[in-house]
Amino acid sequence: MIIYFMCLILFCVGLYAILVKRNLIKIIIGIIITEYAVNLFFILVAYRSKGRAPILIPDQIVKNMVDPLPQALVLTAIVIGLAVTALMVAIAVRVYEKYGTFDITKIKRQKG
Amino acid sequence: MIHNPSPLFVAIPLGAAFLVSLLGKRVKNFSDSLSNIATFSLLLLSLFSISLVSKHGMLVYKVGGWVPPIGICMVLDGLTSFMLVTVNSIAFLVTIYSISYMERYTAKWKFYTLFLLMLAGMNGVIVTGDMFNLFVFLEIAAISSYALVAFGTEHEELEASFKYMVMGLLASSFILLGIALLYSFTSTLNMADMSRFLVKTGAIQIVPFVTVLFLMGFGLKAALVPFHWWLPDAHPSAPAPVSAMLSGVLIKVLGIYALMRVLFNVLGISPPASTLLMILGIISMVLGGFLAIGQEDIKRMLAYSSISQIGYIFLAIGIGTPLAILGGLFHLINHAVFKSLLFLNSGAIEYATGTRNLRKMGGLGLRMPVTGYSSLTGSLSISGVPPLSGFWSKLIIIIAAIQAGHFILASVAVLISILTLAYYLKLSV
Repeated sequence: MIIYFMCLILFCVGLYAILVKRNLIKIIIGIIITEYAVNLFFILVAYRSKGRAPILIPDQIVKNMVDPLPQALVLTAIVIGLAVTALMVAIAVRVYEKYGTFDITKIKRQKG
Repeated sequence: MIHNPSPLFVAIPLGAAFLVSLLGKRVKNFSDSLSNIATFSLLLLSLFSISLVSKHGMLVYKVGGWVPPIGICMVLDGLTSFMLVTVNSIAFLVTIYSISYMERYTAKWKFYTLFLLMLAGMNGVIVTGDMFNLFVFLEIAAISSYALVAFGTEHEELEASFKYMVMGLLASSFILLGIALLYSFTSTLNMADMSRFLVKTGAIQIVPFVTVLFLMGFGLKAALVPFHWWLPDAHPSAPAPVSAMLSGVLIKVLGIYALMRVLFNVLGISPPASTLLMILGIISMVLGGFLAIGQEDIKRMLAYSSISQIGYIFLAIGIGTPLAILGGLFHLINHAVFKSLLFLNSGAIEYATGTRNLRKMGGLGLRMPVTGYSSLTGSLSISGVPPLSGFWSKLIIIIAAIQAGHFILASVAVLISILTLAYYLKLSV
């Protein structure tokens, strides 16, 4: 049970970074942490106690194995996360070139 | 393939995006012609899907031949083909418009690649019948839209894109969390299978929490009011064809359509959820309308007006009677048409005069008669002046609200409609 709470705490750490931090890079790290907390939760959902890796071997019956589907899904989610992180960092670099700062309170040409 | 064209809706734009990114730089006019051919064929295919659906009812395509609860399936039903026609007709018109408009940007083929990817994502969200697949297509559409908002790479564009991206990713995390919870409860990802399981077991503990998660996630994508503040930055910053696409169809597909699918087909809508939708809808309607009045930038005003009109659709979905849903869907296609028209017109005005400030463009109707008249038609339609389509959809929504006994909501909807007329008069005079 405690591991789910730690997962929740990780999610909240990410949210805190997104909401409170002023540096663009720290916000990006916050987003990555939230993403990973969700991925970790998805993997935990699939876990069976004392479960084995879900690989079928011809002459052997595996009784207690972890659910393989969420692992495949999380793999996809990680790839999406990689693409998004790359795009985000690229835009943060372009923002730095234009504004000369990473401080989000100084980047406000838009009225919001 | 001819019996069930649903995979083509994803395959055509995806393949065209690949070819454009490969050859667009080398071959002259290749990206223009291929994108237009692709969107035109998608439009024809979506029109053809209406006749298929009316003949056969619901069509299910099994990807890779796997049977539905195990494999991924694509579903073509009435709502799907309605949304497909909306999205692909707007996309076709926008690609025609961007042939000359996008000339002033350097890398036109990059624009077309991202645009077609966004289209593939949206069509995928519409046709898919699988929860995780929905998430993947949602992300494809969203990521390409983040890049498209930053396409100009000036100060404003980059800032708006970063804001939009942070909010969009937060929304995606909530949606993925909701999917993880639903999967852990039902151990299936197929939407129909999931809803069968939820009905059978009567899962009361998990449904409210997941509903709230999805409401947050899809509400952020649809710019409902507590989550709206990225939209007035992101939509005006993008190039005009992209704004037309984002405001016209993207927020509807990723927000309203996906939420409707999840709420009605999977979770089952409950009275508290529909009340919440109604309240959020009415708040978006009022706040978007009032914020739109004070705007001087034409595209910013249109963006706030989008929030207000999205409120009407959410109000209709919240009321939930068949008449209200009909009105909501009718308003959805109306808003897609006139908001895209107005955004494309704003691009034309910016192209001709070089300004977006409403105060500096007096007497424009004399200099640009076609744009003037089409803007006037769009404005009158969006504010609900009788013979035009916007009037009928708002009328249906208001009648449905009165029938369901929500008199206050109906009167607020009428008042906001008058307010809409007030701020669109600024545009047309």
